[in-house]
Amino acid sequence: MNEETPQLRYTKEHEWVKVEGDIVTTGITDYAQKQLTDVIFVELPKIGKVVKKGETLAVLESVKAVSDVYSPVSGEVLETNEALVSKPELINRKPHSEGWITKLRVKDSKELDNFMTAREYEDFVEKEK
Amino acid sequence: MDYVPHTEKERREMLMSLGRKSVDELFADIDKRLILKNDLDLPPAMSEPELFRHMLTLSEKNGEALHKRCFLGAGAYNHFCPSVVNHIVSRSEFYTAYTPYQPEVSQGTLQAIFEYQTMIGELVGMDVVNASVYDGASALAEAAIMASDITERDEIVVSSTVHPEYREVVKTYCNAHELKTKEVPYDDGVTDSEKLEEAISEKSAGVFIQNPNFFGSIENVFEIEKVCHERGCLFVLSVVEPTSLGMLKPPGEYGADIVTGEGQSFGNPLNYGGPHLGFVGTKKEHMRHISGRLSGMTVDTKGRRGFVLTLQAREQHIRRERASSNICTNQALNALAATVYLSALGKNGLKELANLCYQKAHYACDKIKEVAGFQPLFKAPFYNEFAVRCPVEPERLNERLLERGIVGGFELGRYYTELKDAMMFCVTENNTKKDIDHLVEALGESGRN
Repeated sequence: MNEETPQLRYTKEHEWVKVEGDIVTTGITDYAQKQLTDVIFVELPKIGKVVKKGETLAVLESVKAVSDVYSPVSGEVLETNEALVSKPELINRKPHSEGWITKLRVKDSKELDNFMTAREYEDFVEKEK
Repeated sequence: MDYVPHTEKERREMLMSLGRKSVDELFADIDKRLILKNDLDLPPAMSEPELFRHMLTLSEKNGEALHKRCFLGAGAYNHFCPSVVNHIVSRSEFYTAYTPYQPEVSQGTLQAIFEYQTMIGELVGMDVVNASVYDGASALAEAAIMASDITERDEIVVSSTVHPEYREVVKTYCNAHELKTKEVPYDDGVTDSEKLEEAISEKSAGVFIQNPNFFGSIENVFEIEKVCHERGCLFVLSVVEPTSLGMLKPPGEYGADIVTGEGQSFGNPLNYGGPHLGFVGTKKEHMRHISGRLSGMTVDTKGRRGFVLTLQAREQHIRRERASSNICTNQALNALAATVYLSALGKNGLKELANLCYQKAHYACDKIKEVAGFQPLFKAPFYNEFAVRCPVEPERLNERLLERGIVGGFELGRYYTELKDAMMFCVTENNTKKDIDHLVEALGESGRN
């Protein structure tokens, strides 16, 4: 991993989450951004949108592919990273910090128990390779 | 003469490999009641000279717009087409190419599409315009899906002053996409603004307005724009007679979010109603929702200018199931005609043309007003079409006009039951003053019961 990210948790869809109370910040992992290659466009959800876990939260268009970002939890979109509109490359440069995508308010805190730790995620990626 | 190229032997071999004894057995799945048992009722075959004469006789029955004095508009407009248009579109490099999208072999076509997009973009005041779709009606229907995708709402508010056939196409598309449509009544020839406000809800994705509208009237677009945006829905504008843009403001300047329209007026003959071309344009912020193909300008690895299709991820290549639309075709040859036409006219030419249409239509309206029994239907300002109340049934009036070599106006009762006594006339630069005077005289003679 490029960035120091001990407090982050991970999903099998190669997304990271940062949990602060009932607020969850989301983004894609360094591994995911390398797979995507240069991101050229980010389609963000509308503020206030209610999403279910596993639904499309955002869309990333890279020079290679167009991929959906799935919502790691059910909840409401509180904030989106507007900087990505003009600088989608932040997802490649700083995937775990400035390249965050959305902040969500979690509906059911039980959903927060199933994420992987950094180590678990690294093992998961190794197996996927 | 039989045009099936297979020999009897080949047919036997194919049937054998399929395990069938006869062609009839091959089609056994088709319901017997649907199968034609006798020969088609056709006249005996003709020799080439006989056939030529036969077709000539048939073609002489046609009422070609240029041979008649034509005052019919209502979505297809009788404009003069400069010879240069036909000259360019008749080049085989353009008209024989099918789906000419590969940049390696299609720089000319892609550049022509790019020029077309740029010209239409400037005329309608939009940042992005697609490579064209089938016609103005399908363009407006594509806008319905776009508006719903952009706003994540599922209701389309359409004014009853939008071309009735366009409304039908919009409804068909909306039905398949599970979008609801609401129609807003008109008042004195324009969209009823109070009823419009009532019709818009928090579910409304867009308000669909035609300007000039189906009756030829100029809509209160500034007022409509305000109402639309106050309620968070998109303002979608359809331009069916685009020569009007030589006189009216580009819709982008009065706040339209999506502009669609019909490009036939630009260098495309009436063609019995098609092929025509539809355009779809939008603002940069919505460009990833635009349907259809886009040609873009870029540079190659050596820094030389080139043209390629761009933003293709939106449709069938990568995200087919998520695209606003999977329409991949365009009306390249018709769009080329529009491009050549606009280049030939230029900025001032288009202004002059619009002024001619406007002045002649107003001259005609003033003269018709003076004929006993004829009255303008609405007070709203108009461009080159206007509706009048007639003293005799419009159908009968048109028959009488045709006897005098005149193609009369559109019978509004066909789509508006409350307007059974009304006819809508269209006047273009192709109608001379003499033509108009002739029409007025003929109306005087034909308007008596």
